[in-house]
Amino acid sequence: MSQNDLHYVRTEMALPQPAPLRERGPVAWIRKNLFANPFDSVLTIIGMLIVAMILPPLIDWALIQAQWTGTDRTFCATVAQGGIQPEGWSGACWAFVNAKFGQFMVGRYPFDERWRVILVAIMFVALLVPLLMPRVPYKGLNAVLFLLVFPVVAGILLIGGVLGLSHVETPLWGGLLVTLTLSYVGIVVSLPLGILLALGRRSKMPVVKMLSVIFIETVRGVPLITVLFMASVMLPLFLPAGVSFDKFLRALIGVSLFASAYMAEVVRGGLQAIPKGQYEGADSLGLSYWQKTGLIVLPQALKLVIPGIVNTFIGLFKDTSLVYIISMFDLLGVVRQNFSDPAWASPQTPSSGLVFAALIFWMFCFGMSRYSIYMEHRLDTGHKR
Amino acid sequence: MAIENAVSADEIKVDRAKMHISDTDVAIDIVGMHKWYGEFNVLKDINLRVMRGERIVICGPSGSGKSTMIRCINRLEEHQKGKIIVDGKELTNDLKKIDEVRREVGMVFQHFNLFPHLTILENCTLAPIWVRKTPKKQAEEQAMHFLRRVKIPEQANKYPGQLSGGQQQRVAIARSLCMNPRIMLFDEPTSALDPEMIKEVLETMVGLAEEGMTMLCVTHEMGFARKVANRVIFMDQGQIVEENTPSEFFDHPRHERTKLFLSQILH
Repeated sequence: MSQNDLHYVRTEMALPQPAPLRERGPVAWIRKNLFANPFDSVLTIIGMLIVAMILPPLIDWALIQAQWTGTDRTFCATVAQGGIQPEGWSGACWAFVNAKFGQFMVGRYPFDERWRVILVAIMFVALLVPLLMPRVPYKGLNAVLFLLVFPVVAGILLIGGVLGLSHVETPLWGGLLVTLTLSYVGIVVSLPLGILLALGRRSKMPVVKMLSVIFIETVRGVPLITVLFMASVMLPLFLPAGVSFDKFLRALIGVSLFASAYMAEVVRGGLQAIPKGQYEGADSLGLSYWQKTGLIVLPQALKLVIPGIVNTFIGLFKDTSLVYIISMFDLLGVVRQNFSDPAWASPQTPSSGLVFAALIFWMFCFGMSRYSIYMEHRLDTGHKR
Repeated sequence: MAIENAVSADEIKVDRAKMHISDTDVAIDIVGMHKWYGEFNVLKDINLRVMRGERIVICGPSGSGKSTMIRCINRLEEHQKGKIIVDGKELTNDLKKIDEVRREVGMVFQHFNLFPHLTILENCTLAPIWVRKTPKKQAEEQAMHFLRRVKIPEQANKYPGQLSGGQQQRVAIARSLCMNPRIMLFDEPTSALDPEMIKEVLETMVGLAEEGMTMLCVTHEMGFARKVANRVIFMDQGQIVEENTPSEFFDHPRHERTKLFLSQILH
């Protein structure tokens, strides 16, 4: 016993010490993240080579060789192609984008009435930005203005026909105006409708449940192009003669319903992730179904599925291009339409136009993505259960 | 055994008849209640009358139906046969009645079931504001009062995820108390806690008992049962097997199953 003394008492508690130098600083970061082992090092070098191969030509084309100003195609064509550029020149034709910028934004909206679109755009930004910033007060009022008042005012301004404003038919609309209008309506309608459908699908009432399931499965099972095409070609066959609905309105309804079905499934995923205990906790306090859903279940479920919701929004935003099928022209549609303009047709025009369109789409989608990540962090209350 | 059981149940009935109990003194009355999960008869012929101010501890092996039984009292579970009358209101499919009962019956769960997206204070004021329509200011004052009572007022603006298990359970108790319930149900409130935290939760519950709250606790804390219970109920296989005062129950268990159970848990 005596040779095996198990007695030990710590007399002083150990103090925390700073991490060793090798674990800190930029060199440690590079070693840990880029050259941790031979395989990582090879991947890093290959990645760097690819960047080195792609980036300089891209910068050269888009910025250095690019033609920024000009009044017609001659500025963006080589001598052999009937222009002023030297043989072998290859650069972006930003002059084309510059000249067509107004069209890209609003399509064939009459020039003298474009101030109406600009006014709507200013209102849109002025209402959206404070709504997105958590620290700005009066969120309730702001939301009512943005979701209820703004659509009415914007509709009156854009369509006109009242208050001395001349009527602008929707087939004249185009470009980013169409893209954003479709997306705004699609997003604003699809989120609440999707939530209701998701709740309906989980309802204990068989009729509500069946209707939700039928709607979701039917809409999800049909391509958007088909929905838009049917709305445009087949709907008039069922309506009595003389009754017609605006083509753009049909596209709005089609896109909104379509997005709702996807949204419903995303939200349902979130609802299923809420533990039963949350429902029981709410029930035991005597909260009604709608109080329980609105105060306890949905705030948690929606927070969980923010990535999925934004994914649907981004998909919806880009799917708006499909309205070309019913001869409406969104941003991408207008850009493509202008390729065939004889005053600007040159080998560089299509690529310049497409890069511009891609950049605009990317800006909006990236903005949505970053905002959603910011929101996820903000709403994270430091629990995982 | 069955005969012995019937006799003891009869004795209790006689006792009550002698005491001339008026209906207003009855908090909960369960008569001939059965419950099935599909074909499985989880609760069989439950008869239980709880008087106002009574503190009842329910124990029994796992799967004996004790949690299911107290969850029937605020209709988190539905019973299929028999009657449950809480505070004079019978539980049926009538949703309005169910909500009325739930307002008067607080419940504390094994896993706390706090709302993780709300602060402690918001957890405590949510139901008073939305269900009782208490003004926000008043609800907050009341919430702070109960948070002081469970000894964690300084945590009011934190989120549940930032608190220890024992603190969370005390918040859960405060949240229930904010509705000023007449009856409190506890469903294994200390089973998910570390040993060091059990004591703080039990002390809160003892305090509540001393104030005369009607309490039904499913728990295996036998020390707590001895200290505060008026009556201990032992359940097995979905039935009430034995029912007695704590001292009689622990010192002279009559039913074989009770004796076995007590020998297992009291070592």
